[in-house]
Amino acid sequence: MMPKKGPIISNLRKDQILKSLSEGRHIDGRDLTSQRPLEITPGIIEKAEGSASVKLGGTHVIAGVKVEVDTPFPDTPSEGILIVNAEVLPTASEYQEPGPPDEDSIELARVVDRGIRESKMVDFSKLVIEPAKQVYTVFVDISVLSMDGNLFDASSYAAVAALMTSSFNVYRMEGDVPVKTEDKMAMPLADLAVSLTFAKIGGSLVIDPTWEEEGIMDARLTAVYDSDGRLCAMQKGGSGGLKIDDVFQVVDAGKAKYLDIRKKIVEAVENAKSGN
Amino acid sequence: MGNLIVDGKRTDGRGLLDLRPLKLEAGTIKNAAGSSYIEHGKNKIYVAVYGPKDSHRYGTSMEKAVIRCRYHMSPFSTDERKSPAPSRREIEISKVIRDALESSLILDEFPKTLLDIYVEVLQSDGGSRSASITAASVALADAGIPMKDLVEAVAVGKVDGTLVVDLSDKEDKEGEVDLPIAFLLNENMITLLQMDGKMTVEEFKEAVNMAKEAAMKIKEKQKEALGKKYFEKVDEK
Repeated sequence: MMPKKGPIISNLRKDQILKSLSEGRHIDGRDLTSQRPLEITPGIIEKAEGSASVKLGGTHVIAGVKVEVDTPFPDTPSEGILIVNAEVLPTASEYQEPGPPDEDSIELARVVDRGIRESKMVDFSKLVIEPAKQVYTVFVDISVLSMDGNLFDASSYAAVAALMTSSFNVYRMEGDVPVKTEDKMAMPLADLAVSLTFAKIGGSLVIDPTWEEEGIMDARLTAVYDSDGRLCAMQKGGSGGLKIDDVFQVVDAGKAKYLDIRKKIVEAVENAKSGN
Repeated sequence: MGNLIVDGKRTDGRGLLDLRPLKLEAGTIKNAAGSSYIEHGKNKIYVAVYGPKDSHRYGTSMEKAVIRCRYHMSPFSTDERKSPAPSRREIEISKVIRDALESSLILDEFPKTLLDIYVEVLQSDGGSRSASITAASVALADAGIPMKDLVEAVAVGKVDGTLVVDLSDKEDKEGEVDLPIAFLLNENMITLLQMDGKMTVEEFKEAVNMAKEAAMKIKEKQKEALGKKYFEKVDEK
């Protein structure tokens, strides 16, 4: 069991948060269906094939994409490879120690991976140099610089925006050897994943919980939507349960919200591309 | 796609709502405070619970017992040998199993203690995390840990465009959606929910209701296993 990685919330503060929620407001003044200010800035790392910085309230996440070539997995000879990693850096809070990813970082990476993979956002069939021999491997590395809750959504938006702005050198086979060319290709994309996380705190179901709110939540539920509003990945977290009706309320609330976020991501990506 | 359901029957002959054969036994490991064994499809899984044991370790709580959970697959449990070192998948599953069980337990009776749940998957098939949760809940009951209700889990999913209950390995790999869910039925609660694959919000809700029906059947098996140990095998223990 990991010691709790966060501030201890005093009972007084907890009461304040719960009172505020019962009056229909997050402790930071938002209403319960509003996200914190979301700032998506793609293209901040020149040496990466794609990148994005995402600020969601006080949470700050950077995602970088690197593309390499490798042999495909034997069961998917005609598909490229996606590898998502996440690390909460020791910069993120006084509670974070350096070291290999703990279970929280592993869960974070796997949930972001699932959203991207299952939305079919990346067209893996176009990431093939020669079937069964060489394919592109797309590494998405997520670094959490500053922690203020809801890493799932912030990391997902960063990864998605980084992928959408990625382009990389094309390789050609010369015999059995892949050789890097100067030609560039854009990341082949077929969809767009939008992650939305809700927390159950006391009797309230709220979107985009802050770190303090996560500290006292019963459970959270992340739902990822594709461009058509279909669910493509979900993850419940936290040691409490969710009523079945709460779960249904989340998937409906998420469906009502995902287009707003999708628009923000698309705008940020288009701005970055036109700025180049 | 298109060959997993033929004439309303699945590849293993089941109907859309049928569970695979499920065998559950309580009290299977002598030294454990509580233990169980489950065979669900080809899954063969042992669970041992140790504790609550006093601990002064960093990470214990003054308020309640702290649960640790390890989900581990034996190297011979899969088609290709699995490295015995914990994979990222196993670390994530250990975490979600712990979360799925914790809300069923009344832990504030045991401050400053640790409760260890060890799940060993001897043979894995589709739905091993669900089977692990179903079995672990029985082991926790066997250990006498106070609980609000048993927890039971099942994976529902979409195969050939159709919602089905209790995915087989083949359906999990070749189907469109895998949606494992754990229930705390008498609280009408969900304690584990993961999904990959695409479905509409309406399909999702229907799938949850199908899973709940299946969980009710699994709960009967859990009660049977515990009943068998405590009301039939009393003298043997």
